[in-house]
Amino acid sequence: MDTLLQQLINGLTLGAVYALVALGYTMVYGIIGLINFAHGEVVMIGTMVAFTVIVSLAGSGMPPLLILGIGLLVAVLACMILGWALERVAYRPLRHAPRLTPLITAIGMSIVLQNVAMIIWGRNYITFPPMINKEIFEVGGASFTNVQVAIVCLAALVMLGLTYLVQRTRIGMAMRATAQNPHVALLMGVDINRVIAMAFIIGSALGALAGCMVGSYYEIAHYQMGFMLGLKAFTAAVLGGIGNMAGAMAGGLLLGIIEALGAGYIGDLTGDFLGSHYQDIFAFVVLIIVLMFRPSGLFGERTGDRA
Amino acid sequence: MNLPRKKFPFWQQHWLGLLLLATALLAVPFVAALGGQAWVRIANFAILYVFLALGLNIVVGYAGLLDLGYVAFYAVGAYAYALLASPHFGIHLPFWVILPFGAALACLFGVLLGAPTLKLRGDYLAIVTLGFGEIIRIFMNNLNAPINVTNGAQGITLIDPIRIGDFSFSQTSTILGVTLSGPQKYYFLLVALAILVIVVNMRLQDSRIGRAWQAIREDEVAAKACGINTRNIKLLAFAMGASFGGIAGGVFAAMQGFVSPESFSLMESITILAMVVLGGMGHIPGVILGAVLLTALPEALRYGIEPIQQAAFGRMIIDPESLRMLVFGLALVLVMRFRPAGLWPSSLRRRELAEATD
Amino acid sequence: MSQQPVLLEAHEVAKHFGGVKALHDVSLTIRRGEIYGLIGPNGAGKTTFFNCLTGLYKHESGHFVFDGVKLEADAPHKAAEVGIARTFQNIRLFGNMTAIENVMVGRHLRTHAGVFGAVTRNSATRAEEAAIARRADELLHYVGIQERAHDYARHLSYGDQRRLEIARALATEPKLLALDEPAAGMNGTETEALRLLVEGICRDGVTILLIEHDVKLVMGLCGRVAVLDYGEKICEDVPSVVQRDPRVIEAYLGGSVA
Repeated sequence: MDTLLQQLINGLTLGAVYALVALGYTMVYGIIGLINFAHGEVVMIGTMVAFTVIVSLAGSGMPPLLILGIGLLVAVLACMILGWALERVAYRPLRHAPRLTPLITAIGMSIVLQNVAMIIWGRNYITFPPMINKEIFEVGGASFTNVQVAIVCLAALVMLGLTYLVQRTRIGMAMRATAQNPHVALLMGVDINRVIAMAFIIGSALGALAGCMVGSYYEIAHYQMGFMLGLKAFTAAVLGGIGNMAGAMAGGLLLGIIEALGAGYIGDLTGDFLGSHYQDIFAFVVLIIVLMFRPSGLFGERTGDRA
Repeated sequence: MNLPRKKFPFWQQHWLGLLLLATALLAVPFVAALGGQAWVRIANFAILYVFLALGLNIVVGYAGLLDLGYVAFYAVGAYAYALLASPHFGIHLPFWVILPFGAALACLFGVLLGAPTLKLRGDYLAIVTLGFGEIIRIFMNNLNAPINVTNGAQGITLIDPIRIGDFSFSQTSTILGVTLSGPQKYYFLLVALAILVIVVNMRLQDSRIGRAWQAIREDEVAAKACGINTRNIKLLAFAMGASFGGIAGGVFAAMQGFVSPESFSLMESITILAMVVLGGMGHIPGVILGAVLLTALPEALRYGIEPIQQAAFGRMIIDPESLRMLVFGLALVLVMRFRPAGLWPSSLRRRELAEATD
Repeated sequence: MSQQPVLLEAHEVAKHFGGVKALHDVSLTIRRGEIYGLIGPNGAGKTTFFNCLTGLYKHESGHFVFDGVKLEADAPHKAAEVGIARTFQNIRLFGNMTAIENVMVGRHLRTHAGVFGAVTRNSATRAEEAAIARRADELLHYVGIQERAHDYARHLSYGDQRRLEIARALATEPKLLALDEPAAGMNGTETEALRLLVEGICRDGVTILLIEHDVKLVMGLCGRVAVLDYGEKICEDVPSVVQRDPRVIEAYLGGSVA
């Protein structure tokens, strides 16, 4: 029983991170139909930038929380610029190209970013300096840290803010309109380029935030960390119904929990035939099963063929 | 009468070019050997990638299905060969049993994966295939305990070479006065396989099935209304691509004598897909060009970057491996930016592109 | 087997999208060899009826009996297989294929060559391929666009595209040809030529279901006409009676029907 609660808590933490990253995928996909493969790398760059800022400020005598805050802010700003630049330089010229062309570009950008990161930050694991004094809470046999609490609360706040942005503001309305039908939105005077750029910028900001969370949680960073994280987050987005923001949030949380439970129980379930190093397959197995029965994801609309 | 223009057979139209090409293909392993057997091996990989890329071309180029886990089928073929022809289990079946078996097994996986997912929208298929590729790789990495099936990350060594009677492809021997090294022999085997897959690609394109694929790419609803069972026709493409992947995997295992999960990463799938798209999806010469270029480019960079850095700075400023990948990534981005339909697209793709930008 | 006089029966077919009832228990009967018209104001459910019949939509209740057999029309290709071919309101051709290739795709259903045949190019496959091309050519002649055979479908004029779509549908050897607003956007001359073509097809033994906005065309061409309004069939009779039906006139906003 204590394992269950423990895994649920860990899953919730991981899921909050997935959800933030998944939002970046889903916003871009919802508006221009592109799987932005480089998004995982944006998250990684966010972690790395935060790391550099924090390490260079560590000896300055500022309070640790302030340093963490500055690191976070710089990372978010850096990723917003990176996301904007990606769209402007790599994707915008290809807006009318065949479907696979921007996808290959995205893959290319992902490779470029990964290797730039490797040249800058090296190929070894980097220890992410812990800026928060860890406190451990115990509830019903399960334990969790204040870092986990902060991650979940911050993610929840940001997602609330984003929901407000999309539902209530002008730019949010323009984004929804563009996602529905870009041609009509254009006719209605929506500046499509601005909307698309915004999707990239917001998505990248969320990604940077998620990257800092991962860094603080695992206290480790690596130039390849964006890859699996991005893949899982994308899976989460598809799970929730890609293009659907609420779906991405729910899909992320769900995936985090499934993964944590799966890793905790796979040994028991298979009589120790499969161990916890199979953790990474849960995301994909669940995805395949869900798509078989709900082809548009858990919360996606059913889109039939139109005559 | 308005029958489609009567065509002469392909070889009659292009006999001179084909003759030159055949001469060049014959010369490659001997010219390459002058620089050492390593160059012959690179040529072999180029042709193996031609084979793989043309197999994937059926899926992506013809049927228009985005497969991001193609390497999974390659892995299935490779491990099937490795397990059935190595000391790992002490089984040593001949290649003419295992290669078809590997192809059939990969095909079966293709059908199992494709049947439920091919009715989904294209991008979902992409992520499902990607996930499948990862699942296969993770299993290969971890299926060494409690029963040692795949030997985990260490992989399987001492795999039998392809052997016909006493004629082994791994040893040097003299045939009709010509001395052929192991890699040179594999070269000719691979060329034969590549020709096979080229013929299959060409003939399919211009057939009832090929027309159905094109119709589905153009307008799936209209294709259904014409009575095409789109799911089965797509599944056919998917399964064929998988079988070719399986064969390529078997040959790879035999040629290397060693397989490990490392060779079957997502990056490998992406590279093969990039070959197809960068060369010119659906266009056989374009795909061949893409495969050869993307095999040669990293090698050329490997031999180019180190000396240039040494000469310029007197030491290695940047890790050559990551610079190599960086250039690879940039090349993908730049080609897509300036030649969105690929380096050597078919006239059809150029039309589709013109249509899209109208 | 003696041919029954009834080709298609729709039994209380209903379909709704969310809360909107697009089709409300529509029943109708189409006799073999007739030209049956389906008219109604915009949004009356005509195209929805078509899509249910051809398996593009799944209807919630009711069923179709086609040629004496209940349709399990959950997949469009099955509808084509039993002999229902269709055209689309907003022409759907394979734009980057030539006209003759478009019609050859229509032959897919009635031919068999698979991968093995394609790769080996055995004599059976070559013979079949030649037959496909020949038949496609005949059909282009039949609809009168044979001189455009090698042009890309998207380069054809609007009227020719409509004809090509009909040729492609005929290539599937249908018993029932369902035309969704074939005269939309055509001028008088083109419409007249279309009328002759449709009559010819009917004479050659293909039953026709025609959705049309051009009421004049429908009245001149069809043996019987059904009128849909708000998803309900409000009238079904010969054109002269339908034209005078007060409900029909009402449905058309009181405007004159003819």
